[in-house]
Amino acid sequence: MTESIDYIALLIQFSVAMAFVVVTLVATHFLGPNRKTEDKLEIFESGIESIGNARLPFSIKYFLAAILFVMFDVEVIFMYPWAVNLKELGTVGFVGMFIFLAIFLLGFLYELKKGALKWE
Amino acid sequence: MDYIVILDKTILIVAIFIVSLAVAAYATFGERKVAAWLQDRVGPNRAGPFGLLQPVADGVKMFMKEEIIPNAANKKLFIIAPAIFMVTALMSSAIIPWGKPFEIGDRQFHLLVADLNIGMLFVFAMVALGSYGIMIGGWASNSKFSLMGALRSSSQMISYELPLGMSIVALILFAGTLNLTEIVEMQKYGNWNVFYQPLGFIIFLVCVFAECGRAPFDMPESESELVGGFHTEYSSMKLGLFLFAEYIHMFISSAILATLFFGGYHFPGIDSLDLAPNIAALVSIVVLFSKIFFFIFLFMWVRWTLPRFRFDQVMNLGWNVLIPLSLLNILATAAYVTFF
Amino acid sequence: MGLVTFLILSAFTIITAISVVFAKNAMYSVLSLIACFFTIAGHYLMLNAEFLAIVHIIVYAGAIMVLFLFVVMLLNLNTDNEIQKSLKLKFAGVISGGLIYLILLASTQSALPSIYELPERTSIGSVQEIGMKLFNEYMLPFQISSILFLSAMVGALLLAKK
Repeated sequence: MTESIDYIALLIQFSVAMAFVVVTLVATHFLGPNRKTEDKLEIFESGIESIGNARLPFSIKYFLAAILFVMFDVEVIFMYPWAVNLKELGTVGFVGMFIFLAIFLLGFLYELKKGALKWE
Repeated sequence: MDYIVILDKTILIVAIFIVSLAVAAYATFGERKVAAWLQDRVGPNRAGPFGLLQPVADGVKMFMKEEIIPNAANKKLFIIAPAIFMVTALMSSAIIPWGKPFEIGDRQFHLLVADLNIGMLFVFAMVALGSYGIMIGGWASNSKFSLMGALRSSSQMISYELPLGMSIVALILFAGTLNLTEIVEMQKYGNWNVFYQPLGFIIFLVCVFAECGRAPFDMPESESELVGGFHTEYSSMKLGLFLFAEYIHMFISSAILATLFFGGYHFPGIDSLDLAPNIAALVSIVVLFSKIFFFIFLFMWVRWTLPRFRFDQVMNLGWNVLIPLSLLNILATAAYVTFF
Repeated sequence: MGLVTFLILSAFTIITAISVVFAKNAMYSVLSLIACFFTIAGHYLMLNAEFLAIVHIIVYAGAIMVLFLFVVMLLNLNTDNEIQKSLKLKFAGVISGGLIYLILLASTQSALPSIYELPERTSIGSVQEIGMKLFNEYMLPFQISSILFLSAMVGALLLAKK
């Protein structure tokens, strides 16, 4: 059984982690030398002058992968309460998840067929 | 509220922090020594005896470097990104049971920060949040290399999160709980989960390599094509945090691998020795850490043995091989649990 | 203790939610929304719904916001090209916002003013309990959700291929 103390411990851990990171970032800010020049503050582009803005539209593939990821993520989340209880749920639970997965995988197969996951 | 318990937890948290930082620091040293050994070289041997002070020298160097924030970058996000990356790396150690409890007087000192019922899902959440540091860092830098690196490594991370979660599901089918302490206690008699879930273990291992961004999945740092990936523009300890967090990830992942599949702090036969509680606790910590060090060595061994994947191969392996494979694994395991 | 925690959490929730709306840069909006999701997960925890809390973090903060970040990165946002909204859009925004406010007002009116009390720790929100409910009483809605996923996948692919 999870007690409140466990969540308080998580909060303490978070504060310690934050403290470490903040101290490190502040320390490195003051410890290092500070000799900035215009050229040093340029964006690296293999030595040539940087051309245009870096924030250009990129391939839609990344975006599709992210959408698919969201859906699979929800599906995996559904599996956890199922997996924990499967021994009690028995055959009903097994068949239920089987049907769910079958319908879900239909969509996945469609994506595969249409080549949404082909990275060349 | 019981203040003595809070004090206990704070002591434990600080101790775990120091240990993880020390292990991560010496893993950088170990990495170079292992690489040298595999390539028949000597490795770092100038700082201190056998080069043992090398991590200290590296750390001091990182701190003394000039902090550069490019003019075109978004300053606030540029600073926040490594902080997010490091904090998520450090948080995931909270649910790992490090050993049997110590007995001090009539109290028990548990070597576990948070005994969550949903411990496994907490790991999953921290893995999911890990990609923010990379994405924000890459975007804030406003450099083409950084953006490409961030896109690639975050797509890789989210793609491998799915088989990672699914391989855990197969394990949960056997265990029937998400609590890590209970999972460890189940493997008390040498009946390690790896024997029941060999395929699940292999999938989990591959995904952990990908999540940590370690070779052969080191897209973020594919130096030969993307200079430095998402941290091309970073310098001083901000870069240090990114690199250091990678080693902390490696340490925590090794601990989780040992806990889930290799019996955690248990070793068959030790319970029959009837050790005093405090000595048993010490022994259990040693057992867990030897398993962890073995996995850290495995990480390094693989890195210096295998070449890097191409990005399309990484994505293909994730979506077209590992996801169907782990689904099959789940179905087979579920059928076994229900019908036998 | 419970009341103080609740008030602090609520204050953070409201502050982060407001900064989502008022942030000039879409990236800051996304970050504030992630922080907001964390405080809401905290509220779930206080209501004994630990599974819901962690799912909220994994799905919303960990998956959907990653998608949002990809969108923001894809949109080619620079600080200087904020689109000026037309008067008609502003008008529509005010009306729809006002309607939501009306619904909120109506629902809070029927709520009884009471002092916040921390619910007792029970295992009602645990994975075991939720699993048993979901796969017994709510089996049909669960199956139907898979069809929702199917249509979402097909829709996403169609939109992306255009």
